[in-house]
Order: sequence, then C-alpha cells, then structure tokens
Amino acid sequence: MRTLPLTEADRTAMLGTIGAPDIDALFKDVPEAARFDGLIEGLPLHASEMAVSRHMKRLAAKNLSASDAPFFLGAGAYRHHVPASVDHLIQRGEFLTAYTPYQPEIAQGTLQVLFEFQTQVARLTGCDIANASMYDGSTACWEAIAMATRVTKRDHVVLSAGLHPHYVSVARTMANYTGDTLDLAEPELVAHADDDRLIAAITDETACVVVQYPDILGRIPDLARIADAAHDKGALLIAVVTEPVALGLLESPGALGADVVVGEGQALGVGLNFGGPYLGLFACNEKFVRQMPGRICGETVDADGKRGFVLTLSTREQHIRREKATSNICTNSGLCALAFSIHMTLLGGKGLAEMARVSHLRARQAAERLAKVPGVEIVNEVFFNEFTVRLSEDAREVVHRISGKGLLPGVALGRLYPGVSALENGLIVAVTEMVSEADIDALCDALTEELT
Amino acid sequence: MSIYFTKDHEWISVDGDGGTVGITDYAQEQLGDITFVEVPAAGTAVKKKDAVSVVDSVKAASDVYTPVSGEVTEANDALEDEPELVNTDPQGKGWLFKLTLSDPSELDGLMDEAAYKSFVETL
Repeated sequence: MRTLPLTEADRTAMLGTIGAPDIDALFKDVPEAARFDGLIEGLPLHASEMAVSRHMKRLAAKNLSASDAPFFLGAGAYRHHVPASVDHLIQRGEFLTAYTPYQPEIAQGTLQVLFEFQTQVARLTGCDIANASMYDGSTACWEAIAMATRVTKRDHVVLSAGLHPHYVSVARTMANYTGDTLDLAEPELVAHADDDRLIAAITDETACVVVQYPDILGRIPDLARIADAAHDKGALLIAVVTEPVALGLLESPGALGADVVVGEGQALGVGLNFGGPYLGLFACNEKFVRQMPGRICGETVDADGKRGFVLTLSTREQHIRREKATSNICTNSGLCALAFSIHMTLLGGKGLAEMARVSHLRARQAAERLAKVPGVEIVNEVFFNEFTVRLSEDAREVVHRISGKGLLPGVALGRLYPGVSALENGLIVAVTEMVSEADIDALCDALTEELT
Repeated sequence: MSIYFTKDHEWISVDGDGGTVGITDYAQEQLGDITFVEVPAAGTAVKKKDAVSVVDSVKAASDVYTPVSGEVTEANDALEDEPELVNTDPQGKGWLFKLTLSDPSELDGLMDEAAYKSFVETL
C-alpha cells in the first residue's frame, strides 16, 4: 500500500473545505482539562534504544500481572487456561491478519474459520445464527440495542441494573446521538437480580430489555420469565454474556427465549491482554438476519458443486450501503475470533462443560471459605464462577492494601460505581480453573488479616 | 388507469384513489438479480419520498421511495418466496405495495411513460 504524504497546502485546502481553522479544532470534543499541551515531564526527547529498553523493563516490573499472583479479578474479563497450541496456530502466516481480506472469497481458509466460529457461537448461545464477530462485548451490546430499535421501530430501551457499567456507558454514549431513551438503574447488593424491576418497566413502547447473564454481581437472572414479559409487549430480549464459559453449564439464553444474544468472547482463547483486543459475539433468531450488524459468512457450492464459503448479505454493510448500513462496523475481530474458535475446537462440547464445572466448583469452594472470614458476607445465593461479597469496610481500600502484598483479591464495586456509597463495600470475586487451593487460602488469610 | 414514473425509477399505477407501486424495468436491470425485497406493512402511513421499501440485489440494497403520500393497504407477499418476480415482471407481478393516495395532486410532479423513456435515454 502506498503512503501519500500530505503537504501543508493539502492540509490547508482540506481544512478550508470542512471549515475548520486548524487541526486542533477537530479535537474540540475532548474536554480542555483532558488535553495536554507541551512535553511530558521527565520524558527525555532523545535516549538510546538500550536506555529506553532498560527504563521500560524497570517500569514493567512494577506491574503485578495476572500470572504472577493469586488472581481473583473478573467483572467482564476472565483468566482461563489457554492451551499453548492456540497461540501457535493463530500465528501461522496463513492466518495472522486482523482483517477479512478485501476480496474475501479468495481466502477460503479464513472464511471457513469464520463459518466455524459462527457455528460455535450459535450453538453456544442457543441461537439460529451468529455473525463473524464484533469488536468487543460492549459494542456488540449496543449493536443489539440498535438492531432491536430497527426491528421494533421503537426507541425505549430497558437496561438491567446488572448490566456491566462499561456496557451501560457505551450505550449511553451512543443513545446520546440516536436519541433512544434508556431506562437504567444501579445494582443493589442483594441476592437477586432486578428481574421484577425490568418486567415492571416493559411497556408497549419498549424496543428491548437488556439483561446480563450471569450479571455484573454474578447473579443469574430468570431469562425465561423476562423473555415472556418482553414478548407479551412486542419487545425483544437481549441477553448479554460476559463470561461465555458459563454457557458450558448454564442453559443457553437462546433456549430460554432471548431474541438476541451478545457477549464478550475474550474468556475463550483470547487471554486478558492488558484489556484488549477482545472479541464481540453476536447471535440472534434467524428472522432478524437482514437487520443484523457486521459480516456474515455463508456456506455455498462452487460451479463444480464443491463446498465453498462467501461473505453474504454484504449489501447491507457500510461499504455498499453507506449511511443506510445496518451498522458502522465493517470488519470483524478476525484474529481473536480465530483464537476463540481454535480454543473451542480443542475443548469440544465436553471439554467446555468440564472447564465450566471445574471453574464453578473452585468458585463454590472459595465462597464457602470466604463466608467464614469475619467481616466478609456472601451476597449471592446462586452464581457460576463469580460472586459478590460485602466487606466490613470500603473494598477499594482493602484491594489496594492487599494488592500491595502480591495478591489481587477481586474488583471493588467502588471502582465500577464511583461515589455510590451503598456499593462501596462490595467486592466481585471471580474464580476460574486457574485458581489453586493455595490461592484461595492466600485470599482468605489476606482478608482475615485486613478485616480484623 | 394511468401510470406515472419518478426520477428514482419507481412507477405508480393509479386507479381512483388507489395506487400500486413498483420499480421500473430499467431499475431492475441496473440492480441485477434481486435476492430479497422488504415491503412496508399494511396500515403504514407514508409520505411522498419516504424510503418505505428495500430491494436487495447481488450488488446493492436499495431504498424504494414512495412516489406519493398515503396509507399502505397491501404488500406483495409473493415476493417473500419469489423476489425474482421483480426481475422477470417488474411492472406486473413484481409490484411492491398498494396504497390509498391522500393527495392525488402529488401525481402532477411525476413523469408519464414517454417522459420517463426519454429521461432514461439521457442516463
């Protein structure tokens, strides 16, 4: 690909056309306080490669990484065992590209992977069809909302209080521009999800109800009941799954009546990766296929009757339909989808269920032990591999102190809901198969020491 | 019964205050093989130039604009199974929807067959 550098005259002409005085004017949406003008203090303008490398290593050593410590963080990103073969396979030259090629059908191998990925996601979520992936869970969630407003021609959206606050935040940002109304609430530190509130909020104006399963506190909402209530009023049920491993044990949202199931695929194959890149999952009932965002890979036969793969329904995508496209997503998280698919293939249905079972048993073991620690109270009655505890003091403080001792005890709710005093003693604890009994001992010891 | 055409290549045949809308032969030829047609539901109130229907072909998904305002009375359900009717018989069995005209004077701005034919020749 050629790079065509711009001259000052080119820039001036372009700015003139759009009526902006200078480049900085394009960034006026960034609040003044968040802008930085000048040089970063303490960062020299020049240093040798060796000096930079040594400096960066010293900085990196200050991190407490997931693999170096007993690790109980979850809340939307999960540390599971990813077999070494996943990394080996995704790095093969034939696969290693983040993009679907611009002439997709020439890369039959890539399309076959996407087709297999879609099949796995559809089976996992219990839906008829899945697309070839979205950017991440939060954007997939918004795309589902946008789709529901197109399908129902309504603009009122009910969000569960148990929806991950980062997902809520993305939805709020987007709704700012689409004008959709969001009915939202903050979670309460109680054993049950807010099913009753959701059902009461559904009206004839409701486009969709968005429910996380399991929810941010690890509780498991009654999807079938919410689905019935939504369908009675002509609204869609969108189920959001941030921990797909849970579906190795739990009934799939599709089977419980969800019309659209979206989620974060990171837990399978992708790894924590310092927060990204991640992988958005999107699956739905077949009748919505033409309203579905993103790309879909289809199976067909070629002129000789041999099995082949195509990108299908591209006419609804942005590069052809411009502003009328079903969404602005025009690609997929190809490499992460590949990793997900390879991991799922290595696990198989049985392997996934087994991984989910081990994860769940470890979590139960941890919850039983933690319940005996003075100053710790388990909030959940039911959970998969993640639950919430109420500590006898501000959980952020406790997390800060304990992490200083080389242990990451969980995500403090105060971090996700700053300034909400009713939640500040809450701590979300995730326990996967990567957690050992010794790790659980260490967590209980650390909390005992801190809280007494 | 008289037939009118738009610059966006829709046709409307009018009988009293009822109209039938479709896309022209020229339009279907430009689009190529039609794979799916989305039609408006009966009872939908539409305003002249609203995008009320979508025609998907192997090349593009194109909006169809209603030539006049009114209320949709019927959609061509046959297109669900046989969208190719729009290719084979665009001005007959491939019609998209019927509507009741709310303002017949809107027809005044449309072209007749001869005018549309000469318009297409300029394209």
